[in-house]
Amino acid sequence: MSARAIRLARTGAVGWWMNLKMVSQSAFDGLLAILWPLFFGTVAFFMFRAGGDPETLVYASLGAAVMGVWTATSVPAGSALQRHRWNGTLELVVAAPTPFSLTLLSLTTATSTVGIYCMTATLLWGRFAFGIDVPFEDPVALAVAIPTTIVSIGLLGFLLAVAFARYRTAWTLGAMLEYPVWLVGGFLVPLSLFPDWVRPISWLLAPTWGMNAIRDAATGAGSAWPDIAMCVALGAGYTTAGVLVTNRVLAAARRRATLSLT
Amino acid sequence: MPPVVEAIDLHRTYKTTTGTFRRRSLEVEAVRGVSFEIAEGELFGLLGPNGAGKTTTIKMLITLLIPTAGQARVLGRDVVEDAHWVRERIGYVFGGDRGLYERLSALDNLRYFAELYGVEPKQQRARIHELLELVGLEGREKERVEGYSRGMRQRLHIARGLLHDPPVLFLDEPTIGVDPVGARELRSMIAGLKAAGKTVLLTTHYMFEADALCDRIAVVAKGKIVAEGTPRDLKASVAEGVVVEIEVYGIEEEKVEALRAIPGVTSVAVEDRDQAQVVVVQADTETEPTHAVLARLDGVSLGRVTTREPTLEDAYVALVTQE
Repeated sequence: MSARAIRLARTGAVGWWMNLKMVSQSAFDGLLAILWPLFFGTVAFFMFRAGGDPETLVYASLGAAVMGVWTATSVPAGSALQRHRWNGTLELVVAAPTPFSLTLLSLTTATSTVGIYCMTATLLWGRFAFGIDVPFEDPVALAVAIPTTIVSIGLLGFLLAVAFARYRTAWTLGAMLEYPVWLVGGFLVPLSLFPDWVRPISWLLAPTWGMNAIRDAATGAGSAWPDIAMCVALGAGYTTAGVLVTNRVLAAARRRATLSLT
Repeated sequence: MPPVVEAIDLHRTYKTTTGTFRRRSLEVEAVRGVSFEIAEGELFGLLGPNGAGKTTTIKMLITLLIPTAGQARVLGRDVVEDAHWVRERIGYVFGGDRGLYERLSALDNLRYFAELYGVEPKQQRARIHELLELVGLEGREKERVEGYSRGMRQRLHIARGLLHDPPVLFLDEPTIGVDPVGARELRSMIAGLKAAGKTVLLTTHYMFEADALCDRIAVVAKGKIVAEGTPRDLKASVAEGVVVEIEVYGIEEEKVEALRAIPGVTSVAVEDRDQAQVVVVQADTETEPTHAVLARLDGVSLGRVTTREPTLEDAYVALVTQE
């Protein structure tokens, strides 16, 4: 590994840690992060309890867990960048010699890291409050599927964050996408229930494949590895697209003087 | 020796819109042909009122804005073509409350920016402590920035800007809003930067600050440089002449215009002071304007009238109001 690659990896890791400190040091945000997974778990349980099928409850519990990861990433990624604007630090990180895409990546992966807690808390809440036992049919695949899903959701957040850097009100995009992705990603309702035209959209979303991978690994309904591979491929695609467009987006922001706007 | 910073006929236009339903696009010319050069080790001041185009000029030089026209070079490299190269070699400090991570401690702020500015990991700890000592924040570095006073934030800003030991520094109104004692400390720190061999571009709207610190000053008004020279040059330009200050209680714009029309009067400014205003009239040496001024203020309630020699601040006011 070249010296520059090592330095960039270190910068990314320090940026991730500092951003994680920032998102975890607000008592209000912290309370929301604690309540979200409990809320999702509870709603999923009451929605699917009527069916009386233990498999459906497992399906819902896992879906609610990934919902938490997505919610912890999509909205906070936008608001974190908005906070950079309000703090006046967006211009400073753009003016720094470190590639701005790396700064954004560390920010969005920090917010999606909160998703690890969301996932764990939802599953534990389902287990102890409602007695939903999630099986671990393929623990190795599950151990790979969970971090892959979280990272790929973070990378999708990165792609969105590039737009947040250019358009100051684009943070609303994160809020707007929160609920549709719950549906299109098949978190609570099978995709087969949606019209055919929805499916190509869901195939472009890493959370869809991550969700499938986690369910397959947990229940043993199928091999999780193809879904994990799709998740990795989409994550790589989001990263490449994000890095490629970042420089163009920044050049446009420098031409139109939108970096200092709040 | 080539200049360290060059601005060559820089222009910058902003596009803005008005109206809610019938939106109209407007163009605002913030910078209209600014040119100057800064030599190595020089402390150069851009002096001007709010909205004169100082910050826009500085943002073009530090690669945050692309000029609409003209060219800028730092250390011989174009700021648009070689933005990355330039960014590694400059420091940027701005005034005010913003520009720091509120939820992080001062130490974490400096650690993060040290990474972003490519300070070698082995040198980071020593460099951060050296800078904390320089700006007088040792012992407070583990506190979150959200609890810092304006002066402490400003000192932390300076430490942040110096982390990678850049040869060129851009300081955009670094003492704005800081109390007199804090501002004096900051000015002493800026003088220390010059003594350490840094090339500094300082923007300010405080005349005395520019006078005390700068080797040369360019006065900017409405996007253009209206005067340039050493503080001594600018003082010499108003060394002769007279200033009449008249305390008034309510004055209309027509009366002010009437004062401007008096032959020999070079500038008229109105300053609010508590319940009254003070009309400051500058005139050239040939004219003793007091009688003419009082005649034109007929019907206005007057207070104290004083006559004095002009100061550097009067030169500045004359330059920016004439524009």
